[in-house]
Amino acid sequence: MNIQTALWIAQRASAAVLAICVTVHLATIVYAVQGGLSAGEILERTRGNAGWLAFYTVFVLAVTVHAPIGLRSICIEWLGWRGRSRDVALALFAALLAWMGMRAAIGVFA
Amino acid sequence: MKVFVKRDSGFQEFEVPRHPSQTVLDVVTYIQRELDPALAYRYACRVGMCGSCAMTVNGVPRWTCRTHVDKVVREDALEIAPLKNLPVIRDLVTDMREFFDKWARARGQFAGERTKRDDFHKVKPSSSDRVQVDSNIECIGCGVCYAACDVVAWNPDYLGPAALNRAWTLVKDERDSLKAERLRAVAGDAGCHSCHTHMSCTERCPKHLSPTAGIAGLKRETAKALLKGEL
Repeated sequence: MNIQTALWIAQRASAAVLAICVTVHLATIVYAVQGGLSAGEILERTRGNAGWLAFYTVFVLAVTVHAPIGLRSICIEWLGWRGRSRDVALALFAALLAWMGMRAAIGVFA
Repeated sequence: MKVFVKRDSGFQEFEVPRHPSQTVLDVVTYIQRELDPALAYRYACRVGMCGSCAMTVNGVPRWTCRTHVDKVVREDALEIAPLKNLPVIRDLVTDMREFFDKWARARGQFAGERTKRDDFHKVKPSSSDRVQVDSNIECIGCGVCYAACDVVAWNPDYLGPAALNRAWTLVKDERDSLKAERLRAVAGDAGCHSCHTHMSCTERCPKHLSPTAGIAGLKRETAKALLKGEL
């Protein structure tokens, strides 16, 4: 299997998911701010809400797939960084994104 | 007009008379014939067919034989340099070997299956595949797109717009028998997936072709081949 082609498909597919997620996310922020919701009121809506947890899990996973693939091109073009060391660094970066993102998503759910 | 020509030692200034319908190639030829016979430059057909006279004119890669001075002159001055992204042999002459080697690396050779004993393979001009490459097959291999491409500058392995455009015309050529192999050659970090769709190649192509569209087509075809398990 040609790995770069697979990465390209993964990046395009995750971009499509992100387009929806970012729109919903921004609309939610605007709604919360316009409505004058307090932090407590927001937490009331998110705690125990499986729908929001599912939405932000998808969002975080899409970011985890999308960002490291883009960073991979930047590593090649700006730093000339190729090979295993780069791939390990990107895998660690993906893990960091997933951990931070899921920590936040679970933080407002639990 | 003042003409600043890039020599091996730096830019050299020449004074060249203006004429109606004068091309940039006329200017370079005047300098070599009247002012400095040692100036090295390359041209052949002078009518926009051979693709050998491309240079950087006022910072922009152009075919010089069909670029009128009137259109590019700024404050009665011209700056002429060799094409970017290619090694310079001398003065305005670049080494095109890497450029054309990349056509070969992109499997830019046609591979038919018929012999001289077979009848001609008739390609319908209206067929979908043929229509998609109608303009792309007009490439003259001048190297302007390659010199204009940011990705080539950043990633020297990148095959570049012209080689990928060539591969695209063959991927869409129903007579060709090397499709899978060619898609493997153009997939990856050196191939179509590195294109950022800046469209500098399409912007600068003197034949008004769109290598960008061809590269996008290669991305689609490689993705389809991967999903079918052929890549």
